[in-house]
Amino acid sequence: MVALSDKEVTKAQHVEEVILSHLQTHEEIVNSGEFAKANGLEHDLLLSVVQSLHGFNYVEAQDIKKEAWVLTEEGNSYATLGSPEVQVFKAIPLEGISREDLQKKLDVSVFKIGFAKAMGNKWLETKPLVSRKVSNVEDQVQQQLVHIRNGQDLAAADIDALKKRKLIIPLIWKGYSIRKGTSYAPKRTKAATDLTREVLQRGTWKDLVFKDYNYNALGQPTEGGHLHPLLKVRAQFREIFLEMGFEEMPTNNFIESSFWNFDALFQPQQHPARDSHDTFFLQVPEKAQFLPEDYLQRVKEIHEHGGYGSIGYGYNWKREDAEKNVLRTHTTAVSSRMLYKLAQDGFTPKRYFSIDRVFRNEAVDRTHLAEFHQIEGVVCDRGLTLGDLIGVLNEFFSRLGIRKLRFKPAYNPYTEPSMEIFSYHDTLKKWVEVGNSGMFRPEMLLPMGLPEDVSVIAWGLSLERPTMILYGIDNIRDLFGHKVDLKLIKSNPICRLGMR
Amino acid sequence: MPTVNVGRDRLYEALQQHYSEEEFDELCFDFGIELDDVTTEKAIIRKEKHLQEDTLEDEEIIYKIEVPANRYDLLCLEGLARALRIFTGKQGSPTFSLSSSAIQKMYVQPETALIRPYVVCAILRGITFNQARYNSFIDLQDRLHQNLCRKRTLVAIGTHDLGTLEGPFTYEALPPSEIKFVPLKQRMEFTAEELMDFYKSDLKLKKYLHIIESSPVFPVLYDSKRTVLSLPPIINGAHSAITLQTKDVLIECTATDLTKAKIVLNTLVTMFSEYCEKKFEVEPVEVISSDGNATIYPDLHVRSLEVDLAYINGYIGVSLQSKQVIDLLNRMQLPSEATIGSNGKSKIKALIPPTRSDVLHPCDVVEDVAIAYGYNNILKTLPRSLTQGKQQPLNHFSDLLRSEIAMAGFTEVLTWILGSEAENFWLLNRKHKEHTGVIVGNPRGSDFERVRASLLPGLLKTMGHNKDSPRPVKLFEVSDVVLLDNTKDVGAANERHLAALYCNTTSGFEVIHGLVDRIMEVVGISNAAVGDTKGYYIAPSNEPEFFKGRQANIILNGSCIGSFGIIHPQVLANFDILDPCSVVELNIEPFL
Repeated sequence: MVALSDKEVTKAQHVEEVILSHLQTHEEIVNSGEFAKANGLEHDLLLSVVQSLHGFNYVEAQDIKKEAWVLTEEGNSYATLGSPEVQVFKAIPLEGISREDLQKKLDVSVFKIGFAKAMGNKWLETKPLVSRKVSNVEDQVQQQLVHIRNGQDLAAADIDALKKRKLIIPLIWKGYSIRKGTSYAPKRTKAATDLTREVLQRGTWKDLVFKDYNYNALGQPTEGGHLHPLLKVRAQFREIFLEMGFEEMPTNNFIESSFWNFDALFQPQQHPARDSHDTFFLQVPEKAQFLPEDYLQRVKEIHEHGGYGSIGYGYNWKREDAEKNVLRTHTTAVSSRMLYKLAQDGFTPKRYFSIDRVFRNEAVDRTHLAEFHQIEGVVCDRGLTLGDLIGVLNEFFSRLGIRKLRFKPAYNPYTEPSMEIFSYHDTLKKWVEVGNSGMFRPEMLLPMGLPEDVSVIAWGLSLERPTMILYGIDNIRDLFGHKVDLKLIKSNPICRLGMR
Repeated sequence: MPTVNVGRDRLYEALQQHYSEEEFDELCFDFGIELDDVTTEKAIIRKEKHLQEDTLEDEEIIYKIEVPANRYDLLCLEGLARALRIFTGKQGSPTFSLSSSAIQKMYVQPETALIRPYVVCAILRGITFNQARYNSFIDLQDRLHQNLCRKRTLVAIGTHDLGTLEGPFTYEALPPSEIKFVPLKQRMEFTAEELMDFYKSDLKLKKYLHIIESSPVFPVLYDSKRTVLSLPPIINGAHSAITLQTKDVLIECTATDLTKAKIVLNTLVTMFSEYCEKKFEVEPVEVISSDGNATIYPDLHVRSLEVDLAYINGYIGVSLQSKQVIDLLNRMQLPSEATIGSNGKSKIKALIPPTRSDVLHPCDVVEDVAIAYGYNNILKTLPRSLTQGKQQPLNHFSDLLRSEIAMAGFTEVLTWILGSEAENFWLLNRKHKEHTGVIVGNPRGSDFERVRASLLPGLLKTMGHNKDSPRPVKLFEVSDVVLLDNTKDVGAANERHLAALYCNTTSGFEVIHGLVDRIMEVVGISNAAVGDTKGYYIAPSNEPEFFKGRQANIILNGSCIGSFGIIHPQVLANFDILDPCSVVELNIEPFL
């Protein structure tokens, strides 16, 4: 509702007084329109006052609807100047006139409409000059229009004719009939809606009647901004890792060479994941400019001929393939850089984690996008066992509230053993895959220069999947990307992952 | 992961046991394969043709089973059932042998080096096919072609009815016009040249044409009577096609990768020698290379791998005796024995059969011990070393800043790194900056052409898609863009940016200006006079994406770190935004 100005408030109070005092002595105000006219009040203002009085049961108002007719702009002009056909008729001198001259005497549209109409009425002759066929005409149209302007009624046929000529349009007139309401009083005592400073200072709060609060309505929305739900979940995962003593890896490098993304991980160059329909390759910058040369030789050797107890893959390893830049397909590319660096700096036990964007050149659908966030955990230490991996995973997932885990043998080119992680889904009543894990192969670790007794256990999962489950989102695009629903971002609850 | 379709009833017959679906699912889980789907042959066809589902009672039930990508020996029913029989202790591992001497010879001509240099061969004598075995034999070749053979580029398989041919054989490379034969499923003779044209419209074969198409010579195999065996990797000849009546099968694998050719050949013969008169016996073929060296194929030798018992136990976190390990490995098709090393330590000598090309390193043996032991029987332990949790300063700082921006009333969005060339440049009036960005070489569509160099397209697209949101709309994102950078090994580097957008019935230029001031306030940088090299100030700019006279650069310690302004009306129209917007984008790394 629009707020009223002070002047309007005073006017409204006046209207209210007139209505209430009239009802003191009268049973009913039959028609609010006529009442307004009789008392010199604005009808619109009266309506809003009645609505308010009705709301507080001072009066009982009943709708009256009437269809009235008003003149269009064209109708208005004819009511004043006469209908165009009569204007045309009157413009013709008794001796007749050429069509061109007649046209010059009149307004373009008046001539056009009026001439046709007058011909239709058989008022004119046109051989060869335009001349009057009848001596006199009566302007009924003008009279009818004037009637309407004065609010008088017309025969239905006449209304139809005027409507057809678009000279009048209907106007729905709304008003009320008004009687006393259940809480009628000759003067309104206003219920207060709020405890204001003024009320406090004047001390009038003791005497005021307070309007009932609507406990069913929602409160006023809060102001302020919102964090993105996916990143709220990310924040909780970060906390879990930090609490567990994990150090964050620098993953702010989306562009990676195939060398670090694949070759260093002992992923053979013919592996299907390295196909163009799985991986985004780059046109610019197409190739890595430098690679760690002696390490590269060890990687080449292990792929081609093996070593460190391995027979290798036995194929012709190509440097060109390793140089090709890609949008990293996993953050494990960063893990391989970190482990290599750790080997160069001198080994100490480490726990690493990262949560960042990875890219797959795969078809997109409701649950898969070409980019998503990978959560990765890595533990490197001397003498780690598969039992340690299982133990760490149980610890990690139990912090997410997932306590029933089991592990399935799987295959991954750079981990051996490899395990898919399944958790029992209580609502779906079945085991669902929640992540992947394994121990990095010696063929990956030893060429880096890590000591032989060092093992590395690692696991990964996507950030999107648990978030979608957590917030009940079934289309990933509602959450991630520009087609996001801003309401969804603003209305999701805090993420309590990791709270126990 | 490859999927193998096998008939349920045939599988259970081969497993000598009936399982309920749940029981079989459990068995798969423990062994490391996955019962992916239960369907029928006709349902698969219906699904392919998008027909209505209406299963008939009597249709044969098909199990779709996912197998690990490096276990080629599980790609057919024969191998899968054999592995599970051995895993469940119903049988021991088979021993494969070669019949005494090679009768057939394959001569390799030097020209093959130009296109497809390797060939390996073997013969299955006295095989008994029936329709099911025959189908399985063909399916296995298909799966190998798709997986290990990388769509026939690395290896192509040809199988022939040896009874229709006469050795010795030759492997040659000839100009396509000189090769003439009746290909499989045809009656007419074609030259290889004509065939390439003929198969352009063949849905199945056209995808292999590129492998040899541009070569002046095509690989081809002949028998001694100049009968064409095959034109690898495209098609076999019709003459030597195998049928259900075929008794002796000649297998030839031509390749650009010899290791994989040997694995493919071994997989075929170890699987299907099961149906030979002399079970698991294979007749070798002598391949004489162009320099006269003769090699006998297939190479079925059993490799032995000695692994310390302590290594196995230490890797898994168990304390098993040699005998237990041997029992477990036997169930994984790795027959083993206990030995004592020179240092007096217990060792396990595992015998790696030709079916297990996936075993590269002792750790692969360890994994098989762990699988047979049961992953879920391993005792949970925790690594004992003390390590410290630590955040990346850039991420830590970004998170603090994100909270501040949200507290300032802005709502966070998360947009894509990949986008079109148009939205990154010309829709932003930034055509002149096109050379600064990273270009994707193989985008699937225009949405993946570029790696963003700015956060603006994402914010503007989000705004364009949220026209109905109540005004004002206040959005922000803190994320990475990628810029070319010659000092980095890969030639590009991420840069952490902050961008914010305000959209209302009025431009909100001063709101965005206020946000810039607030950002500086929370990072503790004070406002400076224009030209100062300490602190920040803003200076009028002239960028085409912004409205003239309502835009500024943000100068921090003398360098420009970003800019803000009212978005140019043309840019607004390009992104389908009806109301005025102001935005800021800046690099936050200098704040660290």
